[in-house]
Amino acid sequence: MTQSPDFDLECLDISKNFGAFRAVKDVSFNIPSGSFFSILGPSGCGKTTLMRMIAGFEEPTGGDIRIKGRSVLGTPPNRRNVKMVFQHLALFPMMNVYENIAYGLRCNGVSGDHIKRKVHDVLERIALPDVAEREIHQLSGGQKQRIAIARCMVLDPDVLLLDEPLGALDLKLREAMKIELKLLQHQFNTTFVYITHDQSEALVMSDNVAIMNQGEFEQIGTPQELYHHPNTAFVAGFVGDSNRWSGTVKASDGSGGKVETAQGLSMSFNSSGKAAIQEGAKVDIFVRPEFIKTIRAAEADRQGSDGDNTMDGVVDSLLFNGANSRVLVRTGSGELVESDITITGDNDLKPGEDVRLVWSSKQAMCFAHQEHT
Amino acid sequence: MQNKDIKRLSLILLFAPFTLWIALLILLPHIGMVLLSFREKVAPRVYEYSFANYLEFVNEPIYWNTLLRTGTMSLLVTALALLIGFPIAYYIAKIAGPRSRGGLFLLCLIPLWVSDLIRAFGWILLLRETGVISSFLLWTGLISTPIEFLYNDVAVIIGLVYTVILFMIVPLVSTLDGMDNSMIEAGYNLGGNGFTVLRRIIIPYAMPGIVAGCIVTFMLTAGSYLTPILLGGKNSSWFTEQIYNQFITRFNWEGGAAFGMLLLIFTSFVIWLGLKLSGQTLANTVAKS
Repeated sequence: MTQSPDFDLECLDISKNFGAFRAVKDVSFNIPSGSFFSILGPSGCGKTTLMRMIAGFEEPTGGDIRIKGRSVLGTPPNRRNVKMVFQHLALFPMMNVYENIAYGLRCNGVSGDHIKRKVHDVLERIALPDVAEREIHQLSGGQKQRIAIARCMVLDPDVLLLDEPLGALDLKLREAMKIELKLLQHQFNTTFVYITHDQSEALVMSDNVAIMNQGEFEQIGTPQELYHHPNTAFVAGFVGDSNRWSGTVKASDGSGGKVETAQGLSMSFNSSGKAAIQEGAKVDIFVRPEFIKTIRAAEADRQGSDGDNTMDGVVDSLLFNGANSRVLVRTGSGELVESDITITGDNDLKPGEDVRLVWSSKQAMCFAHQEHT
Repeated sequence: MQNKDIKRLSLILLFAPFTLWIALLILLPHIGMVLLSFREKVAPRVYEYSFANYLEFVNEPIYWNTLLRTGTMSLLVTALALLIGFPIAYYIAKIAGPRSRGGLFLLCLIPLWVSDLIRAFGWILLLRETGVISSFLLWTGLISTPIEFLYNDVAVIIGLVYTVILFMIVPLVSTLDGMDNSMIEAGYNLGGNGFTVLRRIIIPYAMPGIVAGCIVTFMLTAGSYLTPILLGGKNSSWFTEQIYNQFITRFNWEGGAAFGMLLLIFTSFVIWLGLKLSGQTLANTVAKS
């Protein structure tokens, strides 16, 4: 890895042990300047520990952290130009909005006039010019969020860390804040490192996402790469929804083949993991609901199918959710398969109808089976 | 309907002991004291209302000097208790692990299981001329004749701080406990050093607890009797001693009542002033913790 100033933040083989427990295991990544980078993982995967090491609240057991090319190991948190938005924001309740934002500037010894100008400037930029004299408890959830970001951004940090700051907001506001955060990031043009367990937050906002599991990075890539070309079974299962089958490879030509599932179904796949899949190997197959077409059995024979995998079943139930509606189909072997459908309100599928599920082998992602995922 | 009556009855029964306690043991004696303090004995068994008892206090410097001395010493004790208690409370609330926290808190509480009197005698054992400290210093050869550590202001202050510090620690621990650790981390993250974080974040946040602890400590100290008398001896010049003298030694109940009221007014005034200066209210300090 070269020491390039193009990266705002580089982590080299970072690890952290708590006693015998290895919270973070040799994680390496670098983040290009001005991009939005997310670390996505289930709770307890070590993402908070990783973030606390970058902020300086924990000392890594091994490895190096570089900010703008300079190692910050041994630098106390108040000397690092990395600011953090905490999970519960940690705004100071005994100060008003102005004092909250001015706090960091005062610590840096900025003069009075300058502070005033900078605080009003940053309040302009977050579109809250009139709240300077308000107390923290008078702000709404979304406003608090923006003040917490402004409090960091006024210090022109090299990197802004965000530790699941949307977790405490209600759904509607969370959706709005996702877009707002992305816009703020564009506006400030600062590197944002965002950690979350909510995949939709990560996918919507990020330029790049790292999927973290049990202290390790499973994959780093753009949201689309992760979604369509996951490298591991964990990524395929964690990002987005999917139908999952376990089975054994019956025939393989290196790039694709046939699998017989545990339920005795046969399906074809294209290998998408890095490693070639051998005959006889145990594998997991993932198919996303939007790639499965549901056709009435009666129409299926007439239409013919453009997918090379088919499965017959009975509609078990409809899960209506507007544009994201799904149908649950119980297949001959008794398992439930989810498939996206469009519900128009006219001549829709009904529970109990015989249907055929069709999908292409290109959309069947196949990975060598791992016991613990 | 019947249900409502039962509710009302149980409410009355629940509040009866409390009301009786307030009325009989607090309100009534104080009204009696006020009335008593405005009475002057003009001849045997002949009394008339006047301000004579209060005038006597004003005209006799030894009385108001004693009151002022009690006030300043109490403030000093409060300040010392805060200085010593704050780090202890901070350690218990923020640094100690969840398991050792309970044990440490218990260690602070244990001295309370012993009466004031016994604890004062404990200090006497340590500090008197033939006591532990004096004998130890003699044995090491640092001093050649025994030293009397008792019966001076330092002994009184040590004893009082020891007696009241718990009442400082408890409200401090409870406010600091409610403080999110990330608030402190945010303080550092935004560029503050240890001193800035303490001054701008921890202390302002703990202010209600600090004020609550100071009020309780000051009240207890200014109104204490045993510790100053036992450790300070006859010269301790504590105002409660004056009250005792008026009531018991001089059998001047009118004067004693007036002094009692003066102590109450004086301490209330100091607390009011403290609240004004720190910008706190009783509702968000003592009533909260």
